[in-house]
Amino acid sequence: MSVSLKNRSLISISDYTPEEICHVLDIAEDFEKNPHQNLLNGRIIASLFFEPSTRTRLSFETAIQLLGGNVIGFSSTAGTSIQKGESLADTITMVASYADLIVMRNPIEGSARFASEVSKVPVINAGDGANQHPTQCMLDLYSIRKTQGTLENLEITLVGDLKYGRTVHSLVEAMCNFNAKFNLVSPVELKLPSVVKQHIKDRNLEYHQYTELEDAIPHSDIIYMTRIQRERFPDPEEYEKVKNSYVLRNAMLANSKPNCRVLHPLPRVNEIHVDVDANPKAYYFQQAQNGVYARQALIASILGLK
Amino acid sequence: MEKKKELTVSAIENGTVIDHIPADKVFQVVKILGLEKVKTPVYFGINVESKKYGTKGFIKAANKYFEPEDVNKIALVAPTASIIEIKEFEVIRKQTVSIPDSIERIVKCFNPNCVTNKEHDVPTKFKVIKDAEGNFKLHCHYCEKNTTQDKLEFI
Repeated sequence: MSVSLKNRSLISISDYTPEEICHVLDIAEDFEKNPHQNLLNGRIIASLFFEPSTRTRLSFETAIQLLGGNVIGFSSTAGTSIQKGESLADTITMVASYADLIVMRNPIEGSARFASEVSKVPVINAGDGANQHPTQCMLDLYSIRKTQGTLENLEITLVGDLKYGRTVHSLVEAMCNFNAKFNLVSPVELKLPSVVKQHIKDRNLEYHQYTELEDAIPHSDIIYMTRIQRERFPDPEEYEKVKNSYVLRNAMLANSKPNCRVLHPLPRVNEIHVDVDANPKAYYFQQAQNGVYARQALIASILGLK
Repeated sequence: MEKKKELTVSAIENGTVIDHIPADKVFQVVKILGLEKVKTPVYFGINVESKKYGTKGFIKAANKYFEPEDVNKIALVAPTASIIEIKEFEVIRKQTVSIPDSIERIVKCFNPNCVTNKEHDVPTKFKVIKDAEGNFKLHCHYCEKNTTQDKLEFI
């Protein structure tokens, strides 16, 4: 049966089945080969960023322009009606009458799900606080499949902030569909929450917890580094204690598998030393570039153009 | 000498008796069922002697019958409660409560950054996740966080 994502909002990666995810990745592959496709032909996409973003906003807007579409929206709430106290429901209802699709980032958790229920046009969640960031997950999956040739039976090492890192939570949930084995490397304070670990247990998949990164490297197919995010810590002292827990250096990759690749959702601070950048196993900048193709694929699929 | 038996409150002719409520949960049950707003008589008792539970609470709502989805909501705070429907002083139906699969509007999401707490007029909506021991947690439809029993707060 053919897969159609027409008019299907994407709020959480679990909204899409593994087949639907693979369908989006196939389309993204096509966009990587041929990024300039005038499929939108002047259609209007609203890009509503209620908080600052660099990569996500720019890659969405690049994706829209490569598809021949127009962007309306804002990159912060300064000067908008939101500052005058307009409700999210009213903002979304109004924008939905102007645009064919809404891309939204909002620091309030659950705001994207709510927006998709209010809006008459589909909504793509570009991050709702510490909750979900499904398009990042889609580009992570694209990067993993591209570098490994498959999503099945891979050993994924997740490093750093496994507690607050929303990209980690979504990636674990998604990779559970593909028989992954997980290595969880984090300080005790930042362990993967039990609700996320439950996804692994529900599928009877193997996982190991490490406190030393070196122990997990030699058998990893993917090393997924994360930044320990200062803004997620209610207590600044807690942040100070763990901020430099893991730093990946080039020498540490000497015993890694030939197919191993290092991913990072970016921005990095110091968790990947710059001496890794020249190593062919460093994949984080290509990963960010893949975000454009993954987002092109999502926009085109949701608007029923692919 | 035989002890004289007295009714704590008079029997109702028609309506619903909610019995075996944990003694300290009566007011929450009143709130969940919206009984503080009804115009018909409502009687209640707290710290009443109970053979089974030591003490208990009860509510008698005259001329009032509830939908099953409404009575099941009280299972969140009073899983031992029984619902007795009365017509012309006769018991016509007696049932126990069971925790429903979903809960809307009556409980707050514990996450202060959830859209239901940040925006006006976004009603809460939860999926109830139950375990084998009868414990439960409420999975928020919006922020996807779980509100555990110890953090239950009624709106």
